[in-house]
Amino acid sequence: MKRRTLLASGAAAATMATLGMPARAQDKTKVGFVYVGPTGDGGWTYEHDQARQKMEAHFDGAVETVFVESVPEGPDAERVMTQMVLAGADLIFTTSFGYMDPTLNVAAKFPDVKFEHATGFKRADNVSTYSARFYEGRAVQGHIAGSMTKTNKIGYIGSVPIPEVIRGINSAYLHAKKVNPDVEFKVIWIFEWLNPAKEADAATTLIEQGCDVILQHTDSTAPQAAAQEAGNVITFGQASDMAEYAPSPRVSSIIDNWTPYYIARTQAVIDGTWTSVDTWDGISTGMVEIGEITETVPAEIKAQAEALRDSIADGSYEPFTGPINKQDGSAWLGDGETADDGTLAGMNFYVEGITGDIPQ
Amino acid sequence: MDLSSINPILLLASLMVAATPILLAAIGELVVERSGVLNLGVEGMMITGAVCGFAVAVTTNSPWLGFLGAAVGGAVLSLLFGFLTQYLLSNQVATGLSLTLFGLGLSALLGQGYIGIKAPAFPDWHIPLLGDIPVIGPIIFQHDPIVYLGLILVGAVWWFLNKSRGGLILRAVGENHDAAHALGYKVVRVRMMAIAFGGACAGLGGAYLSLVRVPQWTEGMTAGAGWIALAIVVFASWKPARLMLGAYLFGGVTVLQLNLQAAGLAIPVEYLSMSPYIATIVVLVIMSAGRAPGSLGRIFHASR
Amino acid sequence: MLTLEKRPNPSKGWTLATPVLAVIFTMIVGGILFAALGKNPFETIRTIFVDPLFSEFAYYYRPQLLVKGAPLVLIAIGLSFGFRAGVWNIGAEGQYIMGALFGAGVGLALYPMESWIVFPLMVIAGAIGGILWAMIPGILKIKFGTNEILVSLMLVYVAEQLLASMALGAMRNPEGMGFPGSRNLSQYPSAANLEIFANSGMHWGVVAALIAVIFAYITLARHMFGFQVRLSGQSPRAAAFAGVNPKALVLICLGISGGLAGLAGMFEVAGPAGQVSIDFNVGYGFTAIIVAFLGRLHPIGILLAGGLMALTYIGGEIAQSTLGLPGAAIQLLQGMLLFFLLAVDVLTNYRLKFGQGELA
Repeated sequence: MKRRTLLASGAAAATMATLGMPARAQDKTKVGFVYVGPTGDGGWTYEHDQARQKMEAHFDGAVETVFVESVPEGPDAERVMTQMVLAGADLIFTTSFGYMDPTLNVAAKFPDVKFEHATGFKRADNVSTYSARFYEGRAVQGHIAGSMTKTNKIGYIGSVPIPEVIRGINSAYLHAKKVNPDVEFKVIWIFEWLNPAKEADAATTLIEQGCDVILQHTDSTAPQAAAQEAGNVITFGQASDMAEYAPSPRVSSIIDNWTPYYIARTQAVIDGTWTSVDTWDGISTGMVEIGEITETVPAEIKAQAEALRDSIADGSYEPFTGPINKQDGSAWLGDGETADDGTLAGMNFYVEGITGDIPQ
Repeated sequence: MDLSSINPILLLASLMVAATPILLAAIGELVVERSGVLNLGVEGMMITGAVCGFAVAVTTNSPWLGFLGAAVGGAVLSLLFGFLTQYLLSNQVATGLSLTLFGLGLSALLGQGYIGIKAPAFPDWHIPLLGDIPVIGPIIFQHDPIVYLGLILVGAVWWFLNKSRGGLILRAVGENHDAAHALGYKVVRVRMMAIAFGGACAGLGGAYLSLVRVPQWTEGMTAGAGWIALAIVVFASWKPARLMLGAYLFGGVTVLQLNLQAAGLAIPVEYLSMSPYIATIVVLVIMSAGRAPGSLGRIFHASR
Repeated sequence: MLTLEKRPNPSKGWTLATPVLAVIFTMIVGGILFAALGKNPFETIRTIFVDPLFSEFAYYYRPQLLVKGAPLVLIAIGLSFGFRAGVWNIGAEGQYIMGALFGAGVGLALYPMESWIVFPLMVIAGAIGGILWAMIPGILKIKFGTNEILVSLMLVYVAEQLLASMALGAMRNPEGMGFPGSRNLSQYPSAANLEIFANSGMHWGVVAALIAVIFAYITLARHMFGFQVRLSGQSPRAAAFAGVNPKALVLICLGISGGLAGLAGMFEVAGPAGQVSIDFNVGYGFTAIIVAFLGRLHPIGILLAGGLMALTYIGGEIAQSTLGLPGAAIQLLQGMLLFFLLAVDVLTNYRLKFGQGELA
């Protein structure tokens, strides 16, 4: 780490000095976005790009945005970021965990440019990190799922076993269990973020094994369609609202809404007030939105779910509040104790009651 | 762990559905390879078929027209490959790989306006009488029409290759194009027809994903299914009947590993996922009869 | 009616002229495509093909051409021997992955030992990994007569699964906050494949690629082995009379291509990419096949073809971020370029003749 940054920053400074830095004296603020998938993935990258467009519209001509899609994590990402800097970007959002080291490498070379890395944990003077507390939304889903299931079997389609996905499973399970002690979770990992056919197969499998609620941490609507075909199965939208499957099977959703954050951070750059921060927002700031709960959910359950959502939003309730044991029975959180962000950020264990193992 | 939660009847039924897109693409590629042409662009043709089928189905509100559009889209793209390899004598491996790149880009551009839209519904056919047979009924006779189309195509290709004069010519062209040419067969014409058929089938396979299996349009949604189709053709040693076995093996491993996971069994998913490919290699080694068509991948030029 | 007549010898003039012709055709058709997408065709073409070489920031892009082109050239040189001799290894992607896994495995096993010996050991391990993986289709071919095209292709998928297994399990970074992926080797000084001169883009993989080009040139032009390779490709029977051992030739050709692909993977994982991750491989092994053919299997041609491919990648990224061109349009352009290059090659080996008769 040290050797590389030292070499790189020293040499970069020399090069830039001799060849001249790009003109900074421009009236428009330029913001770059690096996407891991195509903007047409309908999920993760799609929502980031929607937020980019809304942010640009919000500033009404004062901000210019640029993006590059489907950038592989590695040297290509470093080049794309550098290219954006050379083209005059003042602020760059890198929207995948795998961009962590590339972002830091490029940021070290260009101390005047601000970087924002999504879902990572390494920061620098000009690198912020940001992520969303999707697990707060999972708590609401878990409540609805636990209340609505008749077979007491809930299926969960996991993408890649990283802490964010594991947090979601734990949060959903805890809140389903709270309203329905007999509830059982069946988890399938597909080891990909986007493979609609496999998601369809996974949903079908879960339904065939008796699940009547499907939660998904993958981006396509394939599970929604599978549930619709089966009938009597409810689902939740992921990343996007997936409202085309409302009112049933899709009964609610978690929507990634990056727009307020992108507007705020761009405004900070314009005002010259930008500093490196670690942002982890949830329902309260609107980064995590709960999509409309449809009439398929009985009014009483809907009211409870909305109350749960509001209590998380106003800070009166934390989804991970003890007593909670880990899967192996060892104590994690004592009575009334809440989880610290460090443990949550690196969560790699299931809570007590979930069967199966996290793939290693 | 709760293996009793796996219902073998439903597992086999969903296996039939999971295998259909790769079966469709593979039966087309089988014909192409039997004519002596190796088209590695199946993935590109599948995804083009997926977007063409989706666009046509959404516009006309008819899944059937969608499938027709997908077949046409796949065939048109494959003819580009055919023109390059058959008339301009370009290398088939490189052209096929380029076709995949081209198809992925083309489909993403064509599909820009179709994200987040639902496809028109395409109901299952519950075949009367047959569908009511216990066990076998739900496994085989309660699917959507395209599942049957796939099976019929496999049968038709088997008949064509083994029982018809056209099939004889196609195989002759694939085994030794110089000899076939000497006998007066139109090598290039036969191959162009085979290539177009392969493209149409790949297109149907792609549309099955975007219109039935998923159903949704997403960039890159075929996610490697075209490459699996190539593997199945080899696994089948270029024989239609074994092709079904291969498709069910590859589809089956996917469905099985998902079922085992859902049942709470800790399985090394990666090793299970690689097993069909290793099985394919083993089959290649064991079946000495599984010799590739003699002229596979070679450039044909009628010298005079 | 137009017919083709085989030239007794490939035309020297057309060999040089066809690539230029293909690039011009691509620019024309690509320009029409960009115009249809509402972009200025001249500006777009200039951005993709000229800006990475001659623009204000070309000092940054030129070295990047080396970083992007080196693995392509290294792999393609290896493949060209086999392709000339009629040995069709299309599984270089798998050998690339195995080289990276072997190389990274050695580096990670020795972590955190600091010694000059670490990097050379990783280089050797990378080459061995690639060779071993390529020997599987080789041995199966000479023992059982199985088709190496298909076996090597199947092994790509096996290697991809192994990669996933390693990134999630055995090679996972214990300090990675629960995320999949290994330690970053480029931050482990003894194992890092860094730039030899700062900002030159020259890492050891680039050096290896240049050595491979020279080595291949001399071998094919001057050495007995090069003669045997060429003879086997042109006329296997003549080669047999000339005393070529076909089985040894198969193994040697696969060994060279596997070894170089393995090296490419090792240099990439230790330097530009830095870590073993699920998405480590980005298709260099397949693109290199195209590069080998575009370069007409000639070492100098491959060098130029690798540079051209790298140019379209880098120029394409610039066009995406500065002109807002969709990533898909770049893919389409690359596909077109390859088609044209493959199509016009017919002029090198055949003469167009107007006359009667029909195409067979």
